[in-house]
Amino acid sequence: MATETENTVVRSSFHPDVESYEQVNRDAMRLLTPPGKGYLALLAMSVMLVGLLVTAELHNIIYGLGMIGDNWAVMITTFVFWVGIGHAGTLISAILYLFRAPWRQAIYRFAEAMTVFAVLTAALFPLLHIGRPWFFYWLLPLPSQRHIWPNFRSPLLWDVFAVTTYLTVSSVFFFIGLIPDIAAARDSTTDPMRKKVYGVLSLGWRGTDREWRHFTRAYLFLAALATPLVLSVHSVVSWDFAVSIVPGWHTTIFAPYFVAGAILSGVAMVVTLMVPVHKIFRLGAYFTPVHYDRLAKLLLLTSCIVGYAYGMEYFMAYYSGELYERDVFWDRVTGDYWWAGWSMITFNAFVPQLLWIKKIRQNLNAFFIISVFVNIGMWYERFVIIVPSLSHSYEPWKFWNLHMTWVDASLLLGSFGWFFMWFLLFLRYLPGLSMAEIKEVLPPPMKHHGAEHHAHDEAQMVVETLPTGYKEWEVR
Amino acid sequence: MSKLRTGVLGVFPHLDTATTAIRKLRKEGFELTVYSPTPRHEVEEALGTKESPVRIFTLVGAFTGTAAGTALATWASIDWPLVVGGKEIVALPAFSVIMFELTILLGALSTVAGLFILGRLPHVGPAEAPMYHPSFTAGNFGVFAHAPRDRYGDVQRIMSESGSEEVLVDQR
Repeated sequence: MATETENTVVRSSFHPDVESYEQVNRDAMRLLTPPGKGYLALLAMSVMLVGLLVTAELHNIIYGLGMIGDNWAVMITTFVFWVGIGHAGTLISAILYLFRAPWRQAIYRFAEAMTVFAVLTAALFPLLHIGRPWFFYWLLPLPSQRHIWPNFRSPLLWDVFAVTTYLTVSSVFFFIGLIPDIAAARDSTTDPMRKKVYGVLSLGWRGTDREWRHFTRAYLFLAALATPLVLSVHSVVSWDFAVSIVPGWHTTIFAPYFVAGAILSGVAMVVTLMVPVHKIFRLGAYFTPVHYDRLAKLLLLTSCIVGYAYGMEYFMAYYSGELYERDVFWDRVTGDYWWAGWSMITFNAFVPQLLWIKKIRQNLNAFFIISVFVNIGMWYERFVIIVPSLSHSYEPWKFWNLHMTWVDASLLLGSFGWFFMWFLLFLRYLPGLSMAEIKEVLPPPMKHHGAEHHAHDEAQMVVETLPTGYKEWEVR
Repeated sequence: MSKLRTGVLGVFPHLDTATTAIRKLRKEGFELTVYSPTPRHEVEEALGTKESPVRIFTLVGAFTGTAAGTALATWASIDWPLVVGGKEIVALPAFSVIMFELTILLGALSTVAGLFILGRLPHVGPAEAPMYHPSFTAGNFGVFAHAPRDRYGDVQRIMSESGSEEVLVDQR
């Protein structure tokens, strides 16, 4: 620090190209400028897919649940898939917050928005699969004159509590984090309509010491509460399966296996969304190689855990000597669904191993493609857990094959439309970069360089003003 | 005690000058409202801020949730006792999931309630400090000294000595 000369400045080592607090606001507000044709086309496509979802569901309501394939297989698969996607957002926003990981700040808003919308998508399926969605309140412990209560010993009711709690807490966490940024948007927007709406949404936030004092603490405690919550939600979802005695489901490894899988799929989805946003809006100053590197390592770690769980499942099926268990697992890779079984193993356990190589990890396109593969693989993982296990349990006369109907396919496609519709609207109307939090990792503006005991933060460094890595990174 | 409704606002583009002004003004006995674009521990240190009592809300909410979860599951099971799957009527291992989820849910909601009550959000009516500048959410720090009119001169002097780039006076 002592060797500062005229042409050096103090910058954050995570964002060497961000010059000042004001630049963060300018860049974040750039995301909220009127969109181009590509955006509108994507949004129109998403809304059309939502239309498909509505059509399929109306068909279901009019003609009955028989319109979907056997055992709600596709609906439940898609439900677990989306709940899993949601996990990475809370992991990045809450768990990494507790770990004080400084690479979290730039990406957490995207990840958290993804969480909220993914859980919103997931929540559709339990509602739709009950056939008469308007009776969903029967799931809740509401008093009735017949004194009938839901069965609190059933994992399905645990699921109701877990998913609704998760949706509530992650939405609250998302909104609380947004307040200072909505206030910043309010202060810099020129559109009178937006100013009014942001003014209401920001709850009159002005960034006073009183507000920050309680805000930072409240945020910390929300993170501390969200951390065990995120680990519990997918555990509870896994117990929906593990508590029953279906071969292929009844294993104790399910909770950690599901949580690791959820984080794997969620991180993959974060990358799938981040790379296009990065390229379109030129956010290289915020999504730096460090961020992608850390995300890749997280993906690699969870992929290894998932791979271990796959291996362990087969080992237990073999070593337990359980005939049915052994048969189901053998059937997964050699039976009617061998293609699904092998897709899951290849895409989730083997393809991400490429990230050991630094060149691939640092190549945005390669990383993007790997993340898409993992997304597909993780859908197959849930498919493989649900369909082959159910269709091949105990007695051969009970074996069946899934016939996916157009209603199933429409609901699956429609769920993507629903998710992307919300995500695209979020990008356009709410600050996608957390301005207040990115400033936390930037060195504060100082008048007197000598007096900066603050600058000895390890996340800060002295860089030369001109040649930056940003441009090189941008062309790659 | 509510703060004075008159005063002087200093705009500081630098953190160190803002904290200097805060320290000096506090020594003179002025009450302050400090605006910052991001939470900085330097500001809190200069202001001598104490630990926020939000944590009490979190604790009470979380324990209320645990109690509510236990009570709900237990009472509902006893209200219409029905043996399912050979399990106990009051099956605590199964209920632990409900207890846990309600702990988190009520803990989180009461934390937010704590933030809203203590942080005085959403703001309705006159703000704590009558002056504000939109650049405080972008890059500038603001120090508003609640002062009676006859002491405006002192405050202005301290602000500009510390390095304020702009000192605004409440003229009402």
